[in-house]
This record gives sequence, C-alpha cells and structure tokens, in this order.
Amino acid sequence: MKPYLRDKIPSAFDEIPDAPSYEAGYLVTKNSGWRNVKPVIDLGKCRGCLQCYLQCPDGVIFKRDGKVGIDYDFCKGCGICRKACKFGAVEMEAEK
Amino acid sequence: MARKFLSGNEAFAEGIRLAKPQVISAYPITPQTIVVERLSEMVEDKSLNAEFIHVESEHSALSCAMGASAVGARAFTATSSQGLLYMAECLTYAAGGRFPIVMMNANRSTALPWNIYGDQRDSLSLLDSGWIQAYAENAQESLDLALMSYYIAENSAVSTPFMVNLDGFVLTHTYEVVDVPAQEQADAFLPPFETENKIDFDNPKNLAFSAGPAHNDIFKYKEHIGVLNAAGVINKAERKFADIFGRSYTGLTESYKTEDADYIIITLGSIAGLVKETADKLRRQGKRVGVLRIRYMRPFPNDDIARAVKNAKAVAVLEKDISFGNEGTVCTNVKAALQNNAENIPISNFIGGLGGKNISKKDIENIFLRLETEEAEVKFIGIGTSRERTEVSGNGAECEKSQRGRIFLRT
Repeated sequence: MKPYLRDKIPSAFDEIPDAPSYEAGYLVTKNSGWRNVKPVIDLGKCRGCLQCYLQCPDGVIFKRDGKVGIDYDFCKGCGICRKACKFGAVEMEAEK
Repeated sequence: MARKFLSGNEAFAEGIRLAKPQVISAYPITPQTIVVERLSEMVEDKSLNAEFIHVESEHSALSCAMGASAVGARAFTATSSQGLLYMAECLTYAAGGRFPIVMMNANRSTALPWNIYGDQRDSLSLLDSGWIQAYAENAQESLDLALMSYYIAENSAVSTPFMVNLDGFVLTHTYEVVDVPAQEQADAFLPPFETENKIDFDNPKNLAFSAGPAHNDIFKYKEHIGVLNAAGVINKAERKFADIFGRSYTGLTESYKTEDADYIIITLGSIAGLVKETADKLRRQGKRVGVLRIRYMRPFPNDDIARAVKNAKAVAVLEKDISFGNEGTVCTNVKAALQNNAENIPISNFIGGLGGKNISKKDIENIFLRLETEEAEVKFIGIGTSRERTEVSGNGAECEKSQRGRIFLRT
C-alpha cells in the first residue's frame, strides 16, 4: 500500500506520542513544496514495467487498476523516474 | 542469595545476568572489558539466555541495542571513554527514540594524552544526551544498579536509556564481597520488558521517525519529562528493592552526616567512600563535616542538594572532571541547584583524579580544612588554582576573575 496522509493530523500535546513512533501517515509533513519540476507520466507510452517504481528513492510511485501513478504529496521531483523509463513515458514539467 | 568475592565489573555482570537481557551488543575497551567477557561466558555456559552480538565498534554496539529494543527486547551494552565518545551520536538517538537500553560505562579519562585510567570526563561530557546517569560507589551498588536500572528505564513514564557509571579500575577492577541475589528474587523485582514503542506486526506503525518544526519541540519536551519522571520511579524502585533484597538506597543523593555539618564535600562515584572515612576522622577531632554523594547526575538532584547543604558554611565539589575554560561540570550543576533554591553558600571546586591520579585521604582532609578559609575558586589538587597560573598574571595576584579560565599546568 502506498503511503498516504490521514485526514486528521494530530497536533495537540496529548495527541503526540512520547516516543517518535506512530501509525503511518499521521505525523507527516508533505514535501511536495520541495519540487522545482514534477514528473508526469504519459500513460500512452507507459508499459507498466515499474522500473520507475523500483528506482524511486521516495517510494511514491504506485500502480492502481493497471495504471501507474505518482503520489505528488511526497514526490520531491528528483527525476530518477524519467531517467529510469526506457520508453520515454515520463516528462518533467516545471512547477508553477 | 550467595556471597561472592567480585570486582565491580563482575558484580555488574552478575546483576545483568539476573536482569535477563535478550540482546547484548558490545565492543571491548579497557577498563570495561571484563563485564562483557563475563557476560559472554554466561551466554556460552547458558546461565544467561541472550544473543551476544560481537559488533565492530561502539557506534554499532548502541545501534544494535536500539534495534533490539525496537523489537521489544531487553538490551544491554557497555563501554568506556573513547568508546563512549564514539557512541555519542547514537546516545541521542536512543534517548530521543525512548529506547530503555541499559549501558555500563567504565569511567575513564579522554585522550589526549592517551590514558586508560579512571576519571569522569567521558560520561560528564555527555550529560546532555538525554540518558539517565547513575554513579556507583562500590561493587554491591553496581550490581544493585544493574537490576534497578531496567526497572527504572523501562517504566512507561520514563522510557529512557540508563547509563550506570563505575570508576575505571578503582571500582571496575577492585574486589569486595558482594551479595548476589537468587534468580527468583530478581524475577520478583523486575517484570518482563513491555512496550508499545516497538515493531509489532499486528499493529504496524512508523518507528524512530523524523519530526519537523511542527512537532519536534513536543517530542523534546516529553523526552525531558521522561528523565524527570525517573526521580519518582527511582524511589519506587528502591522501596521495592529494599522489600525484596533488604538493601536500601536513598534516591538521587546520599547524605552522610550533613545535618549539622559546617563544611560539606559534594562528590560522586567511588571516591565517596574515602571522603566519608575522612569525615569520620575529622569528626573525631571535633570538626563538623559531612559528605553528600551524588548518585544520579540526570535527573539532577537540585532539591536534595539544596536541602542537604543549606545550613553549611561552605561547600566543596570534588570531581574527576574539568570543563576546560570554566570549572568542573558537577560544580556548575551544584551551583545551579543552589541558585534554583535561593541558597547562597560559598562553593569551592576541587579537580582531582584526572587520568587515574590517586586522591589521598590527606588530600581530602586538606579540602575540608581549606573550606574554613578558602574563597570560591577552581583548584586542581596538588597543582594549583585556575587563577594563579593563568598567563596574564604570572604570579596571579592581579589576574582578573574573568580571566581565570586560562589554565596552564606545570609538571
């Protein structure tokens, strides 16, 4: 299962655990703001081989209903997926 | 219970055997080596059912202990001096991760000049790493602290790693008769380690994660509260310990004839025995002197110290440490304790035992006697004060107080 942000982010003192350990997806800061460029998958060219998934350092690429997608909440825009794609299905677009 | 003739290291190993850690990861270093040697023998002869992991460094030793703690195992490691300093990065990980690992540190001087003998500069330089720090006086207390440390560290209100300090050689390698409790007694005292802060396949969660500016301060505040909570749990542990084993301890400090004392030496570790003996000798000569032994540097006994010395005319802090350019760190902490409690008493700082140099009974007697006349100053026993040997003055007479930090040792 790909990581995802939960609806309610704990922020009150009593909601924060003593140790830095918690169910995934809660005490998380989005890092979408780190991107200058954003990978976009051309599903017409994508063969679903998942080389990009294997090489993504942030684990943000997933396949759902046969289609490959990117979790833009956590993608930092490094472009490794574009480099990894043998079919030219990933293009980097400038963030506005 | 059995009475055995044991060194400090061996007594500590017996205490750890009774605490039944599931993982021991350690790297040998003088004067700690014997404790892990004994434990490895216990694992070998199956008197201790634990994984003994031979790691390649102290950094790995504590990292490995954290991994063990993170699956809910009771973990032990031990080190000394440069090993502890090499481990320093991992100390804050273990404390911030709230992994209640127990470590024995054999107090030893820090390089350079290279030296394998005892002083307390290694652990005192790491007071701020978030660990509970206890200082044992003798081998019996070492064994007892080995058992109590897990009880305290693993308490859910504490969940903090615990460093037990034994003076290198003078405690780790000297022998005395020690009561070694029976396993049934130890089991009655120390419950199995239970924690929610672990990898759990039925309840998966992230462990030991990052926390950005939004939450970081709350984790640090809670870490601070965890160490403070240890004070109450130490008392609880000692009451239960006395019930089961018949030996009593006195919390964060031990007061010795301080009630009516005009002059008090505050110290820590194994030298306290000699200081108490010296106090007895001076008492027989009619001098009202006393000793306050600090058993725990973290949590720091602010109130205990202020209460014990509030009627004294002057106090000396005797320690095997110097924070270069200032004074001994124990002294700084003691001064803060008195300030926090609005007590204004002259405090002298005596630095001794560096690199294992002997502190004699005569030295201690002189400290008590000098307290009657001395003004507050940092004094290296047998060498001189900070002020009199600073470069500025030559003879020190006109040296400003603010410049006294520059210390030149004459040999």
